[in-house]
Amino acid sequence: MTVSTKDITQTADQLPVAAHPARFPRNPGIPLDLDWVSSVQINTSAVERRASSLGARRSVKKEYQAAWLLRAITLMDLTTLNGDDTRGKVRRLCAKAKRPVRRDLIEALGAEDLNITTGAVCVYHEMIGTAVEALEGSGIPVAAVSTGFPDALSPFHLRVQEIEESVKAGASEIDIVISRRHVLTGDWQALYDEMRAYREACGEAHVKAIISTGNLGTLRNVARASHVCMMAGADFIKTSTGKESVNATLPVSLTMVRTTREYEARTGYKIGFKPAGGISKAKDALTYMSLMKEERGNDWLEPDLFRFGASSLLGDIERQLEHFVTGRYSATFRHGIS
Amino acid sequence: MTVSEIFKTMDYGTAPESVSEADAWLDRHDRKFGLFIGGAFTKPGKDRFDSMNPANGEVLASLTEASAKDVDAAVKAASKTQKAWAALGGAGRARHLYALARLIQKHARLFAVLESLDNGKPIRESRDADIPLSARHFYHHAGWAQLMEREMADYEPIGVAGQVIPWNFPFLMLAWKIAPALAMGNTVVLKPAEYTSLTALLFADICIEAGLPEGVVNIITGHGPVGAMIAEHADVSKVAFTGSTRVGRILREQTAGTGKKLTLELGGKSPFIVFDDADIDSAIEGIVDAIWFNQGQVCCAGSRLLVQESIAETFHERLRQRMQTLRVGDPLDKSIDLGCIVDPVQHQRITQLVEQGVDEGATAFRGETSLPENGCYYPPTLLTGVEAGDTLAQEEIFGPVLVSMSFRTPAEAVQLANNSRYGLAASVWTENINLALGIAPQIKAGVIWINCTNQFDAAAGFGGYRESGFGREGGREGLFEYVKPSYLKALKDIAPVKVHALTEGGGEGIDRTAKMYIGGKQARPDSGYSQPIATPKGKLISHVGSGNRKDIRNAVEAATAASGSWAKASGHNKAQILYYIGENLAARAGEFENRVREMTGASSKAAASEVEAAINRFFTYAAWADKYDGQVHSVPLRGVTVAMKEPVGVMGIACPEEAPLLGFVSLVAPTIAMGNAVVAVPSEAHPLSATDLYQVFDTSDLPGGVVNIVTGPKDDLAKTLADHYGVDGVWYHGTQDGSAMVERAAAANLKRTWVNYGKAIDWTDPAQSEGEEYLRHATEVKNVWIPYGE
Repeated sequence: MTVSTKDITQTADQLPVAAHPARFPRNPGIPLDLDWVSSVQINTSAVERRASSLGARRSVKKEYQAAWLLRAITLMDLTTLNGDDTRGKVRRLCAKAKRPVRRDLIEALGAEDLNITTGAVCVYHEMIGTAVEALEGSGIPVAAVSTGFPDALSPFHLRVQEIEESVKAGASEIDIVISRRHVLTGDWQALYDEMRAYREACGEAHVKAIISTGNLGTLRNVARASHVCMMAGADFIKTSTGKESVNATLPVSLTMVRTTREYEARTGYKIGFKPAGGISKAKDALTYMSLMKEERGNDWLEPDLFRFGASSLLGDIERQLEHFVTGRYSATFRHGIS
Repeated sequence: MTVSEIFKTMDYGTAPESVSEADAWLDRHDRKFGLFIGGAFTKPGKDRFDSMNPANGEVLASLTEASAKDVDAAVKAASKTQKAWAALGGAGRARHLYALARLIQKHARLFAVLESLDNGKPIRESRDADIPLSARHFYHHAGWAQLMEREMADYEPIGVAGQVIPWNFPFLMLAWKIAPALAMGNTVVLKPAEYTSLTALLFADICIEAGLPEGVVNIITGHGPVGAMIAEHADVSKVAFTGSTRVGRILREQTAGTGKKLTLELGGKSPFIVFDDADIDSAIEGIVDAIWFNQGQVCCAGSRLLVQESIAETFHERLRQRMQTLRVGDPLDKSIDLGCIVDPVQHQRITQLVEQGVDEGATAFRGETSLPENGCYYPPTLLTGVEAGDTLAQEEIFGPVLVSMSFRTPAEAVQLANNSRYGLAASVWTENINLALGIAPQIKAGVIWINCTNQFDAAAGFGGYRESGFGREGGREGLFEYVKPSYLKALKDIAPVKVHALTEGGGEGIDRTAKMYIGGKQARPDSGYSQPIATPKGKLISHVGSGNRKDIRNAVEAATAASGSWAKASGHNKAQILYYIGENLAARAGEFENRVREMTGASSKAAASEVEAAINRFFTYAAWADKYDGQVHSVPLRGVTVAMKEPVGVMGIACPEEAPLLGFVSLVAPTIAMGNAVVAVPSEAHPLSATDLYQVFDTSDLPGGVVNIVTGPKDDLAKTLADHYGVDGVWYHGTQDGSAMVERAAAANLKRTWVNYGKAIDWTDPAQSEGEEYLRHATEVKNVWIPYGE
């Protein structure tokens, strides 16, 4: 199965951008460039050194920290991806997405006008309808994980169909999962074709490609897979499903973010980045944000180019904000759960 | 700024580190300091100078300019306690060093803040690098103290060490100097740089707190002349200096002939080499760590970027992009990358050099980085369009200024890397392990970082080749700078050896003239003159050529030509040749025995035993040739740090007058076993045993040029060798005056020297005339850092 670049490009041109007003043209993809893929060089030790120094090189304090944490909330895909999700659970999640921080804290921060909500809500296909309904009028997009998430081993036509169904159900962002075996066997053409098909099935919905870094073995594979997904038209590249034993890490993120810089340098298209899994502390969120700011600039501190996939991060941010406002350390039970 | 406004701009704001504890410490000392002598602070002196905060020009404290009397008092205090400190034993000293390490850790933040205040370096660096590395140095050397009796069995402390350190890493350099000195049983008088004395004075407080015996550590403050007074003091037996090559040269001259042991860690212009298959983003981040660490005020800063031509344009573009996000600001702000230049004087020097470079045709690039309005700041700068011979490519700038050049092939990268009078460090970036490990041995530098840069640890030696100085700090190799062989103290002055006057006419038989031996060929002297060599009774044995400076020039050229391939020959191969020399010498033992007897009048038994010892010595160094291994150091790195032993290069050897055969062999055999090419000047009075050897060399497959022999006036020839810019090391055995002359002349290119100060080695005693000490002087230690992991 192959999809020509031309088809996709045409589709893309006709499409308005779904969730957020478009600041930049959408990535239409480019033909698979195997020379580029094979020229990828990643020095793991050096990447780790840079990653470990990021947290020490930048520090935001006091009102700056509060502002950055509010920004972090707007970059969050508030997520529930569990077998026991119900309509009630998803409604509670959506309510939290709409009002992520206690009103008195928002007022104390003087942030009423910022209309802080999370960047999106992220659910399984079955919960899209509930979420769309619960979020109506809020402007918060619904993202759905798809393509046989998390392992992506269901029949290919069903994976494509799943995307189509989810888009039909109202998801404006689709988080697809690549077939890791294509990366592990170096079958870049197969990975490219698969990603192209997913992109096409998404139509106007934006597609985030989960490359599942914890399964790929090396940072070099992470970078190669990222490049192929971008060439095939991914809007975002995303680290993990949250279900692997190792999820988002700073070295993996740094590697992926650098691939977006190279992709932009070569094609002119800006690609978003979403680390997911394991980011549960406000401090970690700040480190990721300074990574984005340092490596890509302020454009990547906007929800159309950067998202956190997170379920428990919001709670810690709320506690830090309360501490900033009151000077007292907070407690979990003082904030509404999602 | 309100939260709402910041939400829109997403700026970092400032994250200042508190200075209250540092202020409180300064206030406790009334912001006036005396000198730390004999375990207590003296009253602040009349002659004082200010220590400034370069970030705002404010005076932090008033310090005492030490007088000659103060220096004398400090050296006396150190001297008085040294024997007791040594007698405390390794285990006893280990406990003190351990206590110092612990206290540095306990006061880590105070040290870090004070360092950044005084020096202007970012608090992130003083907190995460300078201070932890310093504590680690004391821990590591507490360990060496514990192990000294066993691991350094044939060595003893030197005595009082005079140490003069620079302003770029004030406390770390103190640790590098004091920890090994104390561990090996020495006591110290240390002078911090006049710009940055405060952490050294805080350390003095720590010494009191730790209960260190009085006088073991003495800290005296002041300007350059105070350093000179320390180095000159008669009771200082070891001088360790880190700083400029200019001052290093002066110290070399000043201490020449005094017998003071000298370590010099000097300047650098270290290459940062990027091949086309490097991880470019990581290499660029490496540059940030190489040249914008400590504002580029780092002796081993990667200040010469060498990038493969095929990627140069892209690389520069990406580097410029990276430079846009560097933040320069208040050193105590936790969100900055670069702080201040230490002093306006340095700022001016950087400015002038860069202006000169731009005049010479370089293009300067600076990012949008904004600088604070006040304070001593210089922006990160990239200079392109610089060629190898330009001032900026050769001179150490010692600031945040990177110059870039391109190369075509690995061989050209090496050529450019080595196109420098310095040889401190190099950083090599490629994902090809064959290329990386192939380049590392070819670069003349004491430290090579593969795909990393500016890595330091107490367990790995640090130090330079060429005019970057000599000696190592850290690792086992660094310990030898603070000990001396135990046999030294028993050595007697050499007895003068007379050149026998010719009193009889020509002998019977065919006339024989010993030639010189250059490039594997017999050579007539350039002068056209010859000297008669006679028996003690005045009977002519043979003539030898009277060598002059041109013969030395020719010999050095031959040695240089031979040194490359000889250095690369395998240890096994060198061993085979040395065994073969021994074998061929044995075959002609009788002849050599006669020759020794004839020249010196030695008994036939003594002469036979000298020849036998010489044969044995060749066998000893044949044995060593493939066994004097390097080490893998245990540093905190996922990877290996390999301490490789490399030949010094081209070496000049002035042989002793006594033991004409054995003395020559004892010095030449270890140097060639380690891969050096040698220009040897044999005993002036008795040169014929050496010249006879060239026939042995010729029949033993020794490649031409590895050993060159120039006969003639020894001290004149030694002077030419010591003066020669192309000679990397000189050994001298002769008079005290000759020793002083060699050390003084060596200052020109800071070549390594090893001289006897007019003392007589017993060449028949292997404990003092052969072994690892000789091999150590014939080698450089190069530490190659190789992080690994995919």
